[in-house]
Amino acid sequence: MSSTDFLLALENVSVSFDGFKAVSDLNLYIDKGELRVIIGPNGAGKTTVLDLICGRTKVSSGSIKFKDQEITGRKEQEIVRLGIGRKFQTPTIYEDLTVFENLELSVPRGRDVVGALFWKRTEQIVESVRDTARMIFLENHLDQPAETLSHGQKQWLEIGMLLIQDPELLMLDEPVAGMSVSERVKTAELLNEIIKNRSVIVIEHDMKFVESIAHRVTVLHQGKVLAEGDMHSVQANPKVKEVYLGH
Amino acid sequence: MLNIPSKARSAEIVGFVLIAAIILILLPLALDIFRLNLIGKYLTYAFVAIGLVLCWGYTGILSLGQGVFFGLGGYCMAMFLKLEASSVANTKIQSTPGIPDFMDWNQITSLPFFWVPFKFLPFALIAVIMVPVIAAFILSAAMFKRRVGGVYFAIITQALAAVMTILIVGQQGYTGGINGITDLRTLLGWDIRTDFAKYVLYFVCCFTLLGCMLMCRYVIASKLGRILVAVRDKEDRVRFSGYDVSSFKIFIFCLAAAISAIGGAMFTLQVGFMSPSFVGIVPSIEMVIFCAVGGRHSLVGAVVGTLLVNWAKTAFSESFPELWLFAMGGLFIAVVLAFPRGLAGLVTDQIIPWLSGLRGKNKGVGNHQPSPAPAE
Repeated sequence: MSSTDFLLALENVSVSFDGFKAVSDLNLYIDKGELRVIIGPNGAGKTTVLDLICGRTKVSSGSIKFKDQEITGRKEQEIVRLGIGRKFQTPTIYEDLTVFENLELSVPRGRDVVGALFWKRTEQIVESVRDTARMIFLENHLDQPAETLSHGQKQWLEIGMLLIQDPELLMLDEPVAGMSVSERVKTAELLNEIIKNRSVIVIEHDMKFVESIAHRVTVLHQGKVLAEGDMHSVQANPKVKEVYLGH
Repeated sequence: MLNIPSKARSAEIVGFVLIAAIILILLPLALDIFRLNLIGKYLTYAFVAIGLVLCWGYTGILSLGQGVFFGLGGYCMAMFLKLEASSVANTKIQSTPGIPDFMDWNQITSLPFFWVPFKFLPFALIAVIMVPVIAAFILSAAMFKRRVGGVYFAIITQALAAVMTILIVGQQGYTGGINGITDLRTLLGWDIRTDFAKYVLYFVCCFTLLGCMLMCRYVIASKLGRILVAVRDKEDRVRFSGYDVSSFKIFIFCLAAAISAIGGAMFTLQVGFMSPSFVGIVPSIEMVIFCAVGGRHSLVGAVVGTLLVNWAKTAFSESFPELWLFAMGGLFIAVVLAFPRGLAGLVTDQIIPWLSGLRGKNKGVGNHQPSPAPAE
């Protein structure tokens, strides 16, 4: 099967941990500009799929192609440099640095030792950090150490750190987990804003939130795709109801 | 520019000026040359301590084998000085004149090939830096590329320290064995044993140390310094921001090794010998304690910690030699439990906020004082 039209194509991907197949024979295709939501019960392999794409876990078999390049076996930072950004489930930010410094470190330049040693903080970089901070509702917190942010603000900061990298594919693992209702609404706004120029994969449990953002939904169950389609057809699917929604 | 003019940072500058004034002016005026030479010896350990600030304090890489790099630097310097002291004229009573005395005692009849280039000072000086850096590079590349870190890395560095000691002691004919390389006399004909030479070397040591501190300051203040903190915090995030984490860890470990090695060379010059007792596990751990007591996040703190612990060691072991090890162990535990950020942390977190609070009260304008320094 040709994968030329897809931004990301996973074909027959399997991975097992000590004999346990966390993901088996998975096929998943993401178009350019698509927002895909992956749902599924606990242990369905959702996070593992993201780990496989971003190189954190190595595939046992199968192929993962990004822009028609095989990326299995590449190092994490190489995959990032190709244009894949990843947000972790728990906010993963640099607590000891300020919000500004967190964002500055994510600017995709000066990424080697020499570049970092002689890095100059130009107006242009300060501007782009400010712009991103405005987008993620943190423009008044730039000088604050990141550890003093609220949980929701930390989630936004991590999303901001990915935005400033300007990836073509953004992967978000439960971006609204632990957020208050008003924070969820703001996050949905933010996501609708940032998906404009890129493809996004979101893992989410919150069904209301999924409805508010999803184009297409993939349901995973025991490491396999159970159903795929728009939100309504997936919700109507009896198999999905059985394992997940109608419990 | 958007940067926090953090109080910790300005405290560091004040501290740097103070420490420079103390070691360059106060101590030379107050102490006789014997004591000053001792201080000079302590300051050579401070090189290791500031290296540890970079790799342990900032990057979170605990190395229990920094003595290896200190020792390699010291040995490279000692090899040059030993060859100069072993001229044919000086060694004519040996069965093979012109080679170091310990080689002659071990029935070695010609200079081993790896000693030959150490006849030249430029080579020796380059080797002082490069030999430890190459060793550090091989070790750290092998470990960090495989993502070995934390406790495992600490254990491996400790093993390296043990291996190094055994190697030096075992290869007596080539290394001088347990006695080390002793009886060093002149540097390009200049007698390093005179009081005047000791003064000169003391000041060279001070300026080199201050220079290294400024260099470390630059590294810490650069974006690379922030990446190091980020690696300590969330290594995965750094990787997923597109950085090759291992290259940064290798760089900082090699830099720390180079700085330690300069300290080792200064040690050899000032003390006049080098021996395996400065290479092994115990000195390596002592150096970590110096750094922890002073504060592993502060360059100035590390230097102060080194001076204080060593001063205490000398004072203590002059009167109660057998108690010193217990005292130092107790000190380390106390630091870890009571003030994990060391003396420097005590100053920036407690004393400065207290002082500025006091000043605020006196002026009757409590709120004008900036808030206490955030954790650096």
